[in-house]
Amino acid sequence: MNPSTRTDLEAALSDRPLTQGSLPRRAPWITLAAAIVIGLVLTSFGVATGLAALVTAVLYGVTIFAWSLAVEGPRKAKDRVVAAAVTSAFLLALAPLISVVVTVISNGVNRLDAEFFTYSMHGIVGEGGGVYHAITGTLLITAVATVISVPIGLLCAIYLVEYATGRLGRAITFFVDVMTGIPSIVAGLFAYALFALFFGPGVRMGVMGAVALSVLMIPIVVRSAEEMLRLVPNELREAAYALGVPKWRTILKVVLPTAMAGIATGVTLAIARVIGETAPLLVTVGITTGVNMNPFDDRMATLPVFAYRQFSSPGIPPEPAIDRAWTAALVLIAVVMLLNLAARLFSRLFAPRSRA
Amino acid sequence: MPVSERTSRSRVRAGDRVFAGLSTGAGALILAVLAGVATFLLVEAWPAVVAPSADIPGGQGITVYIWPLLFGTVLSAVLALLIAAPLAVAIALFITHYAPRRLAQGLGYLIDLLAAVPSIVYGLWGLAVLAPATVEASTWLYQNLGWIPLFAGPPSSTGRTMLVAALVLAVMVLPIITAVVREAFLQTPRLHEEAALALGATHWEMIRMTVLPFGRSAIIGASMLGLGRALGETMAVAMVLSVSGGVSINLISRSNPSTIAANIALDFPESTGIAVNTLIASGLVLFAVTLAVNMLARVVINRRRDFSGAN
Amino acid sequence: MAKRIDVADLNIYYDKTLAVQDVSLSIEPRSVTALIGPSGCGKSTFLRSLNRMHELIPRARVEGKVMVDGQDLYAPDVDPVTVRSHIGMVFQRPNPFPTMSIYDNVAAGIKLNAKRMPKSELDDIVERSLRQANLWDEVADRLHKPGSGLSGGQQQRLCIARAIAVQPDILLMDEPCSALDPISTQKIEDLIGELKADYTIVIVTHNMQQAARVSDVTGFFNLRGVGQPGHLVEIGDTATIFSAPSNKATEDYISGRFG
Ligand SMILES: Nc1ncnc2c1ncn2[C@@H]1O[C@H](COP(=O)(O)OP(=O)(O)OP(=O)(O)O)[C@@H](O)[C@H]1O
Ligand SMILES: [Mg+2]
Repeated sequence: MNPSTRTDLEAALSDRPLTQGSLPRRAPWITLAAAIVIGLVLTSFGVATGLAALVTAVLYGVTIFAWSLAVEGPRKAKDRVVAAAVTSAFLLALAPLISVVVTVISNGVNRLDAEFFTYSMHGIVGEGGGVYHAITGTLLITAVATVISVPIGLLCAIYLVEYATGRLGRAITFFVDVMTGIPSIVAGLFAYALFALFFGPGVRMGVMGAVALSVLMIPIVVRSAEEMLRLVPNELREAAYALGVPKWRTILKVVLPTAMAGIATGVTLAIARVIGETAPLLVTVGITTGVNMNPFDDRMATLPVFAYRQFSSPGIPPEPAIDRAWTAALVLIAVVMLLNLAARLFSRLFAPRSRA
Repeated sequence: MPVSERTSRSRVRAGDRVFAGLSTGAGALILAVLAGVATFLLVEAWPAVVAPSADIPGGQGITVYIWPLLFGTVLSAVLALLIAAPLAVAIALFITHYAPRRLAQGLGYLIDLLAAVPSIVYGLWGLAVLAPATVEASTWLYQNLGWIPLFAGPPSSTGRTMLVAALVLAVMVLPIITAVVREAFLQTPRLHEEAALALGATHWEMIRMTVLPFGRSAIIGASMLGLGRALGETMAVAMVLSVSGGVSINLISRSNPSTIAANIALDFPESTGIAVNTLIASGLVLFAVTLAVNMLARVVINRRRDFSGAN
Repeated sequence: MAKRIDVADLNIYYDKTLAVQDVSLSIEPRSVTALIGPSGCGKSTFLRSLNRMHELIPRARVEGKVMVDGQDLYAPDVDPVTVRSHIGMVFQRPNPFPTMSIYDNVAAGIKLNAKRMPKSELDDIVERSLRQANLWDEVADRLHKPGSGLSGGQQQRLCIARAIAVQPDILLMDEPCSALDPISTQKIEDLIGELKADYTIVIVTHNMQQAARVSDVTGFFNLRGVGQPGHLVEIGDTATIFSAPSNKATEDYISGRFG
């Protein structure tokens, strides 16, 4: 071995002292505080909040980099900058979430009154009116979609977990995943095309919307139910088989009840996912001003389409309709978030004990 | 005794057969639905495909009708992806490798909430908040970087630009990409992370040596999932984007190509006759594109799963 | 290169639980020290506190001193990242980086510390490290293939090559042979004997014969009881520990009368 290499290497590696310069433990916090103060000063001079936040983040990154570079060397400096960048990215992602919630609430409270929930838009011009008809429509269509999706989705999951073998099983698993990516508008067009074949062009029915939503809902139900069924320990199944219980009764009486809480979580999340869909309902169910409780007859109002229509064709003067749109959006977002919360609670409360 | 045993056993077998048949049928139905989507769209699109050019809205045939829409669809989705993918990787890193471990799950839920917001709400928000907020920045871009075709302007005074549409789309696909990437990062073997750290790697160097290479195909697959979602997103774009037709890569002006999905949402309720068939034909194109992207994404993600499973 | 280790009054905690209590010992440079003891007595925990890997676990901490050639590793101005580049570690399961080639695995540590090193110099170091790890002949023709394609024993020697490529002062090994077959184990044991010339080696093992074969000094860790912290019972010349231990517990453990 070449002796000069050895000494070079030792110079590069071994002779470094263990004690390297290092920033005081509070250095990041001090820098951050300074950057925030500067950001606040900027906003008080009328600089936009977003720009000020950007300046704060960049200022922090540059300062900590330069400081660390001088004291700790390039590797530590890079480490600190990446930490800052990654944290900023997370905070940046929270900005739209907070902005959306704040905007919807502040614009939506104007019409958050009793009339809004108890009146339809029948015969309303200008102020007043409500979403009673849209709420019934949304509930009805979502309920029909759930009634279609849950049995199919659940059976499909049972097939995948308990029966699937070979190519068909793999193909279904794959295409369930692919199906979660179908654009909602395409699901709507599919429902329209299907019904148009039988009822002629221009057909509008509540159940068409339910079919469209089912196309979106089924893969979500399959995925979550499958996951839950796979968590059921095999010993449980084997214990039942050992007692001579046939497979189908084992699935119905042992496997499904064990996984029920998880499946309920999945179904709730699936409902949350489709209850806010606008596009597929726009092309299949349309909109109307009055209550229609018959999903097999003509147009129905739904909350998302109501919000869209009030906003896109508000009439004159536009303000009352735009207020109604925001309040409908507020109701929608509240419903979706509550459903999500409920799902998390389900899974928390009924989590399989095995994890503990 | 043997008689009743035989009947009960055959009943068992019949029950099993019925149940197995039902669940297999449900599984097969999934494939049938996918095939059905393609078939029914094709059937309803066909009249537009064979119709004379002059009958198609615009009067120049179906290709000329769909092409600018496809361009707008791809442009907005790719832009959204360029914004969202790096952010999603950074966020996934933050949640899995920087945030205190006790908080990680809660922070993950917070990002997931972004996916829970209905697209109609994003549309309203984009119009009311995001679009006006970008006017100043667009003007600045136009004045200082106007020589780049992307910022050729003139800047829109309402902010209903391709840039804003892409930003809204980026926010919407961010949680989808983050969720997949986060999952992959969490599965980085602790063993490899420790090997890097024991060599004297800093936290970031450890991530670059182990976490990022390990999650690479998940990042690719997740980005494609996000792309698929952005391609098909409807209402937010329909509400935010000010459209004029035509093909343009100008991101900050008020005349933009529409997207297939947004165009359907805007025109479908008012359309009749061959116009409906034309819209469905455009929907078929969208379906084909998203199907291809999603299938590719799943292949990439699944291959990674096999690879890490074999480890 | 090789340095001595002096541990004084070391207490090692996971959050609030004391896992290892009051360890004091000295390790001479260019020697092999084996740590033995029943499962859960804190051998790995102790080993990982010698290169500050322990504190990577959330809320884990240590009290006391670990001196390497008189320098306290836990002094406030000491940088744990630098410590780890001076004290190499080999793990129980072979863990070459799966996305890197054999060459890149060995070069990984060097690239961290010396960014701009000429290719030829790097080639030399990689070759020397692989030779030192007795792996060169087996992999010379496939240096740029993935490291995960090697056998378990080869992977473990690759990990040793990776650890010694950065010329550490000390090499820590946590049950390096427990996932390997007897022939691979034999090769690693031979290798440890050779590496002793250049490094201070501390090895944790469950295999008493292995401790007797490879080590100069043996330390015995034990638990006083369930839920009690582990502690160092005695440490001494390997021959003495195995023939005439001064402690009854050591004798019971070595002769298999444990528990
Ligand atoms: N990450 C951790 N968090 C909390 N306690 C831990 C952790 N790792 C180990 N312990 C506890 O510390 C004690 C010592 O564990 P350690 O792994 O050091 O034992 P060991 O002697 O290496 O055992 P083995 O021979 O089985 O490898 C044990 O009681 C163990 O439960
Ligand atoms: Mg151990």
